[in-house]
Amino acid sequence: MTLLEVRIELKKGVADPEGENTKKALELLGFEVRKVRSVKVFEIEVDESDEENALDTGKEMCRKLLANPVIHKYTVEVKRE
Amino acid sequence: MKLEDIRVAILQMEGTNCEDESYLAFERLGARPEKVHIKQMLGLVEGEERSPFDYQILMFPGGFSAGDYIRAGAIFAAIMKSRLMDELREYVNEGYPILGVCNGFQILVELGMLPATDGISSAPQAALTTNDSNRFECRNIYIKHEKSSNSAFTSGYGKDEVLLMPVAHAEGKFTLDAHKEKEMLKKLNDNDQMAFRYVNPEEPEKDDVPYPWNPNGSVENIAGITNPDGNVLGMMPHPERAFYNYMVNLQEPENFGPGAGIFRSVLDYVSRKF
Repeated sequence: MTLLEVRIELKKGVADPEGENTKKALELLGFEVRKVRSVKVFEIEVDESDEENALDTGKEMCRKLLANPVIHKYTVEVKRE
Repeated sequence: MKLEDIRVAILQMEGTNCEDESYLAFERLGARPEKVHIKQMLGLVEGEERSPFDYQILMFPGGFSAGDYIRAGAIFAAIMKSRLMDELREYVNEGYPILGVCNGFQILVELGMLPATDGISSAPQAALTTNDSNRFECRNIYIKHEKSSNSAFTSGYGKDEVLLMPVAHAEGKFTLDAHKEKEMLKKLNDNDQMAFRYVNPEEPEKDDVPYPWNPNGSVENIAGITNPDGNVLGMMPHPERAFYNYMVNLQEPENFGPGAGIFRSVLDYVSRKF
């Protein structure tokens, strides 16, 4: 079993209203905030024990479903607990 | 073929919520709609199996399919892709029309069936991202019909006709890959794929359409596009919610409203072509 951590981020230049509004709300609560970016993280367990294969599978998952290449970039890492 | 023989599949899954109005729009014009669960299309409901080719029109109605998890429309699209992509490709190539409204537009984009500037793409060529306002924009807006040729879905509208229609979405900002944006916009314009743009009704000729007229920040104020052949239409505004005038507070309440033209046009297209 391998535990993958898949991180989906907006590409540079793509508007991030969720991040911007989170920043505004934090500021209203009195926090001093320079920037907030929203990121989505999936933890995915796969049966594959070979880490390289598991990473390839994770990337394939991003290409086919988890990311939209028009606006997203992604990273896939093996998560160790 | 005769109007009363035209069968329409209103495709739904968990989270779809505009299937009733969509169904009624087709039914009230005399066609034969049916609400079809995606599992029926996948052949997973014994005795209730369906194929796209059982119908002359497919519609993906609005809603929050699969809870908008991952991204709006992504899961519905993944389910379609898993088994039905070859059939959908053939369906479109044979000229049958597919309509996606709101969440349906998001699904068609995720499927690569729109913009499909060079045919159906394996990966999405566009995205419908979070509105610039970061709000769920639920209100009436104005759109302008842009298509110049007779298209399957918009033959009932004049060029530059301005229409009142409701939007109700949080992720409707039509976005293209920053590196390809210029080239893609040129193709969309050259191919006559621009169906509807948001406008300020006071100055509908202006290209500069700020919020709130453009409710989401879409590039070039895009509200709806078709594929190059015009038989796949995706749009964020809800024509089924403007089917009669009273639904959008217009005069002559019992008359057909600004949205009815989409359904009348496509039924006319099918009855002439098949």
